[in-house]
Amino acid sequence: MIGRDLLGTEDLDRADIERILETAEHMREIGRRTIKKVPTLRGRTIVNLFFESSTRTKSSFEIAGKRLSADVINFAAASSSLKKAESILDTARNLEAMDLDAVVVRHAVAGVPKQIADVLSAPVINAGDGAHEHPTQALLDLLTVRREKGRIDGLTIAIIGDILHSRVARSNIYAFRKMGAEVRVAGPPQMLPAAIETLGVKAFTSLREAIDGVDVVMALRIQNERLSGTYLPSVREYSATYGIDREKLKFAKDDAIVMHPGPVNRGVELSHDLTDHRPGVILDQVRNGVAIRMAVLYLLSGRRQEGDPRLDLESGEEK
Amino acid sequence: MSEQRIWIRGGRILDPAAERDEPGDVLIEGGVIVAVGAKLDASDAQVIDANGAWIAPGFVDLHAHLREPGQEYKEDIASGGRSAVAGGFAAVACMANTHPVNDDPAMTDFIIDRAKQDSPARVYPIAAATRGLEGSEMTEMSALVEAGAVAFSDDGKTIMDGGVMRRILEYSKTVGSPVITHGEDRHLVGEGVVNEGPVSTKLGLPGNPAVAEDVLVTRDLMLAEMTGAHLHVAHVSTKGAVAAIRRSRERGAHVTAEVTPHHLTLTDEALLGYDTNAKVAPPLRSKADVLACREGLADGTIDAIATDHAPHAVHEKDLEFTEAPPGLIGFETAFPVVLDLVRGGELSPLELMRRLSTNPARIIGRPGGSLAIGAAADVAILDPEMNWIYDPAKGYSKSRNSPWAGQTLKGRAIATIVAGRLVYDVDRGVLYP
Amino acid sequence: MTSQQVDPHLNSQPPSGGRVVMDDVAIRRALMRIAHEVLERCEDLERLYLVAIPNGGVPLARQLARNFKQIADVDVVVGILDTTLYRDDLKIKAERPRLRETEMPSAVDGRIVILVDDVLKTGRTIRAAMDALMDFGRPSAVQVVGLVDRGHRELPIKLDYVGKNVPTQPDEEVRMSGLGGNLDGALEVVVMPGEPESSGGMR
Repeated sequence: MIGRDLLGTEDLDRADIERILETAEHMREIGRRTIKKVPTLRGRTIVNLFFESSTRTKSSFEIAGKRLSADVINFAAASSSLKKAESILDTARNLEAMDLDAVVVRHAVAGVPKQIADVLSAPVINAGDGAHEHPTQALLDLLTVRREKGRIDGLTIAIIGDILHSRVARSNIYAFRKMGAEVRVAGPPQMLPAAIETLGVKAFTSLREAIDGVDVVMALRIQNERLSGTYLPSVREYSATYGIDREKLKFAKDDAIVMHPGPVNRGVELSHDLTDHRPGVILDQVRNGVAIRMAVLYLLSGRRQEGDPRLDLESGEEK
Repeated sequence: MSEQRIWIRGGRILDPAAERDEPGDVLIEGGVIVAVGAKLDASDAQVIDANGAWIAPGFVDLHAHLREPGQEYKEDIASGGRSAVAGGFAAVACMANTHPVNDDPAMTDFIIDRAKQDSPARVYPIAAATRGLEGSEMTEMSALVEAGAVAFSDDGKTIMDGGVMRRILEYSKTVGSPVITHGEDRHLVGEGVVNEGPVSTKLGLPGNPAVAEDVLVTRDLMLAEMTGAHLHVAHVSTKGAVAAIRRSRERGAHVTAEVTPHHLTLTDEALLGYDTNAKVAPPLRSKADVLACREGLADGTIDAIATDHAPHAVHEKDLEFTEAPPGLIGFETAFPVVLDLVRGGELSPLELMRRLSTNPARIIGRPGGSLAIGAAADVAILDPEMNWIYDPAKGYSKSRNSPWAGQTLKGRAIATIVAGRLVYDVDRGVLYP
Repeated sequence: MTSQQVDPHLNSQPPSGGRVVMDDVAIRRALMRIAHEVLERCEDLERLYLVAIPNGGVPLARQLARNFKQIADVDVVVGILDTTLYRDDLKIKAERPRLRETEMPSAVDGRIVILVDDVLKTGRTIRAAMDALMDFGRPSAVQVVGLVDRGHRELPIKLDYVGKNVPTQPDEEVRMSGLGGNLDGALEVVVMPGEPESSGGMR
């Protein structure tokens, strides 16, 4: 069964994922009620600790927590601990003193949620760390695909774009493979991470080959600063080669769905006609995001660890 | 110097300089070794029972950061020297990246003076190769050597300008000291903090490719061949660099090299839990690289084991992985960690001692690495079987950044003698100063 | 499994030594009686709304709906309301119970809601169900059907309609199960001897 924290989909097994998806399906129903709130986590405190700004993910966790009646506190944190005289672990130790029931962490550097989990007794949920993992995004993508396709087992999914810098790609690779899907990745060679095939995927540099016969095309967001010549020559060249449009989509299955973790750079990763095509899927992703986060908060918020011995590590006297 | 008369009784004498590996005693008097052999009798001397232990020349570390002046909160010459002798090191060469940088004879003087007062281990300053470690203007090598510098290096920062490196190598021939290269091409390293490969991909941290080291080491080897100068390659970590050094030596270049205990025994998989204490530069590499380094050390391509002892405070290592400074403390764990090569059958005890003492002393042209009669009495007494739990908080370094913290290690320095004086004993700790 | 459906009494003695307190025939008879009682008390059949508490309440509510149709030719809506997220023991348990289906096909405002559950013990599930129900609107009345009332109430909850009163020891377990491995076919209610770890706190 799921551990104390949710740091990545790499740590989950198929049964864990099934349990989260099943729970999220039930959580979706709450969103359709007039009173979209259940008393489950009344009196519990959840902290949103976002070192990197993210309106969408933060709001999604906030809504999820509030629908379960938890008190959700948004902890404003400086983007880098070097900018203030406090290390991230000092911040975590301060939070520990507040007796929290769950901490949701987003940070631009990979590994920070794990480092924080190592000093906290409260469960830590990774809301995205650097290019490492973004597990709730992958789980909501699974839920969306399963609702669209009725299954995940046996599907083929192609993830397109800047795989190197993408936590969404990594979390989706683990999650979809564990659920029995075949995963392909494609992008410019300099944006494919070293030894990516060790994660169990097929890597392509040709978009056409990558999406040939697939059920799901997932385009990743490309950061503007990477389009300025250091990683890619230009926006135009990227969208011509790796942008998804109707013409290229013909190589995928007829009923293939197009997904994007958002926000979409219109006309870059997805052509304009595709962004407007079936907006329902994208909105469903948002709805599923709240349901998945409710499920995760519900399943993990009882897992506070009392008297964690790791807290005493640094209290030894100075020599 | 010391007036102590010490009788080390009943150990296994390992003297690489004399190719000696046999049971026996060592007698020390007046700071020098006065007798080596079976069944000495010096009942009036202080006796150290070395039964079951190895008696070897005190270790010589070619690569350490003692942080003084400027960063005494991490380490100083006193604490670093104490930590060194607690690991069996009789002498330590310290890198120039202090604040201010050791690029001036006055700074070299300061370090030597401070070491004489505060450090139980001998301290040999390595001077900067360029002023302020800026990689452009050469330092006054002649004056620095006169002040006591044993080598030149911009360690931690690669001299990226090949023209500057060429001139430094050429000029170093006038003083006969080695130039130590930190071989990492900064542009290829980029933001990289973890060896590029499956581990960096899994961790989602920027990769530092092995080729960054291969390229720069190869450049410096070619410059050494061209200039005929003595190039010493610091902390070799890649298969490619080992191969390049091997080829260069075969062509007769004056090249020496060192490897760290961590690059001999840990792979990048040690980072899978984001342990910033295992973040080092160059980064921990793949299994194939580790095997190549071990092979290179065994076949003589790599001459020496050097710790790259690099202390950092807890609050600095508590940062995000990309922000935490690279480095680990290595004096007190070096011997048990590298004993792994003896257990693996890759090195005999005698050959291991050669790489910890005789070879490094030779590279910087300093005494040590020998138990010959009349030699300065720098001796390490080592128990290769002792099991102990390493707790950095109980060690002598001011810092605690070790990936081996909390682990049970096998093998330990049980006594260290520097210039004929017993400065460390495992039961009583550091005795002097 | 299928042989059990053919002859429900063949294997009605559970291996663990439980005793059957209601077999399928008794359950059907009780549900027919309850349907009559409900209809007798209800002034406006159009406003009836059966709300089943899963899992056991679901087949019972469906059978009641069929009975209403048979007796009075009235179509009564059946909703399903999971009470898990309203449980009062979530704070003290690390393991999270599985959620079950909630499907409320129409609004509850102004309706006469009949909550249907299989086995009643502490009353805590009914308390949770009433809280949940209020989040869906404002019924004009709420009544409770329990197939078995085994006593040991911990909250001031009373049943409006009871299938059978079954006196039990607190540590005994009372379970309604389907003979076909699911709740779609023949049902029975069994009293199992107490086990040290049996909690049953919500019943």
